[in-house]
Amino acid sequence: MIKIKQKSDLNESEVTPEAIYHKRREFLKYGSMLSSALILNTVSSRLQASVDVTGYKQGVITLDEELTPFKDSTRYNNFYEFGTDKSDPARNAKDFDTSNWSIEVSGACEKKGEFMLEDILQGMDIEERIYRLRCVEAWSMVIPWLGVPLGKVLQTFKPTSSAKYVAFETLHDPTRMPGQQRAVLDWPYVEGLRIDEAMHPLTLLAVGMYGKTMPNQNGAPVRLVIPWKYGFKSIKSIVRIKFTDREPPTTWNLSSPREYGFYSNVNPEVDHPRWSQARERRIGEFFKRETLMFNGYAEEVASLYSGMDLKKFY
Amino acid sequence: MLKHPLAKPLFFIFCLLPLLWIVANAVFGDLGANPVETVTHQTGDWALRLLLLTLLLTPLKNWTGNPQWIRFRRMAGLFVYFYAFCHFSIWYLADHGLDVLSMLNDIKDRPYITLGFTAFVLLTPLALTSNRWMMKKLGKHWKSLHRLVYLILVLVIAHYLWLVKADYREPIVYALIGGLLLLLRLPVIRQNLLYKQGVS
Repeated sequence: MIKIKQKSDLNESEVTPEAIYHKRREFLKYGSMLSSALILNTVSSRLQASVDVTGYKQGVITLDEELTPFKDSTRYNNFYEFGTDKSDPARNAKDFDTSNWSIEVSGACEKKGEFMLEDILQGMDIEERIYRLRCVEAWSMVIPWLGVPLGKVLQTFKPTSSAKYVAFETLHDPTRMPGQQRAVLDWPYVEGLRIDEAMHPLTLLAVGMYGKTMPNQNGAPVRLVIPWKYGFKSIKSIVRIKFTDREPPTTWNLSSPREYGFYSNVNPEVDHPRWSQARERRIGEFFKRETLMFNGYAEEVASLYSGMDLKKFY
Repeated sequence: MLKHPLAKPLFFIFCLLPLLWIVANAVFGDLGANPVETVTHQTGDWALRLLLLTLLLTPLKNWTGNPQWIRFRRMAGLFVYFYAFCHFSIWYLADHGLDVLSMLNDIKDRPYITLGFTAFVLLTPLALTSNRWMMKKLGKHWKSLHRLVYLILVLVIAHYLWLVKADYREPIVYALIGGLLLLLRLPVIRQNLLYKQGVS
């Protein structure tokens, strides 16, 4: 069902004109990276445009399911920082400025500090990965993300042996994120993963979708995508990463501990206390479809939870 | 104005506008990324809004001393049932594919659905007995039967509050209005607000 292409794989698509065009763009990207690196040395605080995703590697992980139209995945968003209605983020995040974005890295690692997003991504291949997205509210989408494996990024900070978990934090700035002016949730939004979940090859640090940089309402400029967990685990607009030795607090769990667990793996057999998780409505479809164990990624991730009672660790 | 021969037809059209709006959006515009959810929410919203309107007519009569307000009560009430029926039907069709067993399980397992479904079931005898013939037949029992509407209001508001994830603003506004409408029916308060002819 899921193909993870190896770098050495050579197939038909790579000799099509599209692939040549694609390589051409890659060449341009590296060229511009070289020149921007030269400029960066002198003008480090210049206004940086949003993340450059051109030249991404197409179809690194594909899925034989119809993509959710861009129009739908960009106007039906749960991003409470920009309002609680699903149509709010598209409207309220329109002018959200994500230039000069930096991430503070702290905790159990050797390379701590504040890093510019483009420096973190420097030299990493941006991959296109098509994943299912399953919201805890029982609807789902199929989205072609662009990003880099989170594990690859985290390794560059050299986590120590006491790094058992990774905690993430969203920007907290009520002037830029008007939804934070109301205490619907305990701001800032925080999320966390066990280190093996964070390092899992499917876990993506996403900076774009549908071949473009991340739209503001979808978590620009940088967010997580953990396809086997309910959508709220995939924290958006990340400004802090911390390696810790204990399970970090997570926002929805703080809001309603009985309803949203730390793990929140997609599981059709464990219902939300108020509604069933057995089925979901795929955006664009009329009838509901069956929800798959771990959102269809059981083969890849089930071993992470072997021996665990998934009813207890929901 | 309330007595005008066009008042009732106009009120009928007014109550039909939400439906026309939904249909027009479905045909000419669009209902958003999740049309089933949009239609489910909007029909539910309008059932509740019209229920509050229905319950406002008696207090209006009491304040103004104008009994004409009551002329609209049956139609408003029947529209509550109509929107509740649409609300129920789209859920039964799209969420359960008309599978009775699947629907009953949902009603059994999900408290907020239990409440909503109970409210819908209780509305049915009220809709069936809203005609003049049934009114006559039931006599004084008619009034006691139709007092069920207060229980229905409480059920519907609890149904709404219970399904919200974190933002309670909207259901709380409805709960406050509903609570106020119930308070106005307490004998102590009702007596004080009655329109008194000839008293300045």
